[in-house]
Amino acid sequence: MAVHSILGDVTRIALFATCLADTLFPDVPRATVTLLERLGHRVVFPASQTCCGQMHVNTGYQREALPLIRRYVDTFEPHELIVAPSGSCVGSIAHQHAMVARRHGDERLALRAEAVAARTYELSRLLVDVLGVEDVGAHYPHRVTYHPTCHSLRLLAVGDRPLRLLRHVSGIDLVPLPDAEVCCGFGGTFAVKNADTSTAMLADKMRNVLATGAEVCTAGDSSCLMHIGGGLSRLRTGVKTVHLAEILAATARAPAAGTAAAVS
Amino acid sequence: MTTFLGLPVRRGLAGSLPELAHAPRGVGHLRADQEFPVAARRALSDTQLRRNLGKATATIRAKRAAVVGELPDWEELRAAGQAIKAETMTNLGGYLEQLEAAVTARGGTVHWARDAIEANNIVTRLVQATGATEVVKVKSLATDEIGLNDALAAAGISAYETDLAELIVQLGRDRPSHILVPAIHRNRTEIRDIFVAEMGDADPGLSDDPAALAEAARRHLRRKFLSATVGISGANFAVAETGTLCVVESEGNGRMCVTLPRTLITVMGIEKVIPRWADLGVFMQLLPRSSTGERMNPYTSMWTGVTPGDGPQSVHLVLLDNGRTAALADPVGRAALHCIRCSACLNVCPVYERTGGHAYGSVYPGPIGAVLSPQLTGVEDNASLPYASSLCGACYQVCPVKIDIPALLVHLRARHIELQRSARRVPSAEAITMAAASWVMADPGRYARAQAASRSGRLLGSRGKISALPPPLAAWTRARDAPVPPAQTFRQWWRSQHRDAP
Repeated sequence: MAVHSILGDVTRIALFATCLADTLFPDVPRATVTLLERLGHRVVFPASQTCCGQMHVNTGYQREALPLIRRYVDTFEPHELIVAPSGSCVGSIAHQHAMVARRHGDERLALRAEAVAARTYELSRLLVDVLGVEDVGAHYPHRVTYHPTCHSLRLLAVGDRPLRLLRHVSGIDLVPLPDAEVCCGFGGTFAVKNADTSTAMLADKMRNVLATGAEVCTAGDSSCLMHIGGGLSRLRTGVKTVHLAEILAATARAPAAGTAAAVS
Repeated sequence: MTTFLGLPVRRGLAGSLPELAHAPRGVGHLRADQEFPVAARRALSDTQLRRNLGKATATIRAKRAAVVGELPDWEELRAAGQAIKAETMTNLGGYLEQLEAAVTARGGTVHWARDAIEANNIVTRLVQATGATEVVKVKSLATDEIGLNDALAAAGISAYETDLAELIVQLGRDRPSHILVPAIHRNRTEIRDIFVAEMGDADPGLSDDPAALAEAARRHLRRKFLSATVGISGANFAVAETGTLCVVESEGNGRMCVTLPRTLITVMGIEKVIPRWADLGVFMQLLPRSSTGERMNPYTSMWTGVTPGDGPQSVHLVLLDNGRTAALADPVGRAALHCIRCSACLNVCPVYERTGGHAYGSVYPGPIGAVLSPQLTGVEDNASLPYASSLCGACYQVCPVKIDIPALLVHLRARHIELQRSARRVPSAEAITMAAASWVMADPGRYARAQAASRSGRLLGSRGKISALPPPLAAWTRARDAPVPPAQTFRQWWRSQHRDAP
């Protein structure tokens, strides 16, 4: 994975932007590129990528997910190191791709999917475990609270890696979120199929976010942030949601784009 | 033995499982009258329910976490529990026959019930044979599952629930809302009113002080214990090697029910058998800590057939299938049968905490209910339950036998869609949307064109947000704003930066 150049070892990292961020939150993959390049790595964006298929799998449409899984594997198989700014998509790649392939009798695809999944990292895990960095040189002078998304927390066991990264950000006023580990209520199509229950969960998450007095709620998943941010915006709280990648990409000279990634 | 047991059939195409009998319709409490989202909406606006549930689940969660944290080998215990259950399921038929032989050898009688109807008939006949018109019951999910009390009532036999919370539910002509705390949705004033109106022997001046309420129940129940000649129980465990049945409880009412009457009838789901006496050592550590947050529960009663001159002299065990063999035949779904009914998954579930148990419409609520009920009834009869979860995974984290409930939910959602696909000629709007999304996203060119088209959504927005989307996304914007698609997707930006790239 290391390319030897006159500048020293450069790691070549393939970016999986995720369909949601690519389409609706482009500042998140852009921040991921900015951050990794600032750390001295080379980022490539394989253009044949689309979607991990999680929405299909989690809604019961595994047959329809199969071509998307095949596309993910075909696209990223040539790459040695892959990153996505999403715990949920990486969780699906790690825990569902091979399962869906096997359910449809495609053992070869399952084995390939397992191999590619083993090289696919959620952003905080890539930074801390692979690149060995906790201080990424970011500057973000705001009061921030961090929501650990369920799939990064329970499927990927990222633990306190995002918090370790955030604690090294200069100027940040990081405040703990009460009941942080309780789901925000997004859950993909759950948010629409069980909209009332999802909203009840969102209300409690917003109550806890507001209790911190934070200006910004951050997390490692654009999807959960779209849900939390959509609620905070609807209630005119003035609190915005910003992806972890955007905070880590921000510097004094180049502050985070901020509002573009937030609904509010 | 008349039922097919323990022989999983090799699966062919995805979702094609052998047709095995599910729990029959029209009897028992496994099916909901309403779909989950509809029932949940009503529960969510019940202020008393929300407050009671929030308080009770938070208390039990904290107690559980404290006592689980004391054990350095908790993860090893979970792994052992999971392994014992998985091994039992691979040879369930063999262990059940071993159990039958051991119970019979010790003077008990074993009955096999294919479903709820057979089980109700067997128990009714057994009670009628004693001439009794009253029976006392220790809380049992299996007898609630099959609607035994209704069946006995139809035969002129009154069944008295003796667990305090079950008594409250029964007197209130209500349904249980939690596996372990069936009256979690009631407050003490409501309980006082139910006692005064329904108990028959309660003091009209009864206060709503918890000690006074417990005393009223104790006096009421004591008379039943001393007069009843038939006791009915469920079983937490049955040991195949010894024929020992085990009931775990907190109030001592179970001890009364299994020792005082002359006849004892136990109704047990076939998945409750465990192979060896030593296996109890694992489960007796896992169960109390997971369920009530206690190191040890106050009363553990065990009996092995008949002991001459001591306790019930006529002992019966009814082994209930009622859809369990159908669940067993699914190599993924069968993990739901490992459940030891501790209810830890209910207490940590953010959905359950807000909707309560009634919204699930089955005697088995919460995350485990959402994977168990649809398998017992057939997925199509409880089709909304596998979707009643955000897949947050908190249930899996606490399950004492490591049932991967989120994975089972995803599996059952797929089963549901596969069954729908084979049963319906016209696909649903959702199926068409999903197929279209798959077609678009399978190809990067089509995907990029769809992204470009989504920018027409910019017309719906103002000041960076969309306040109202058309159906089905209207459900999103009822409570949340939606983001306005940006002027440029990431992939467009990337191309603008890397024009020389392949």
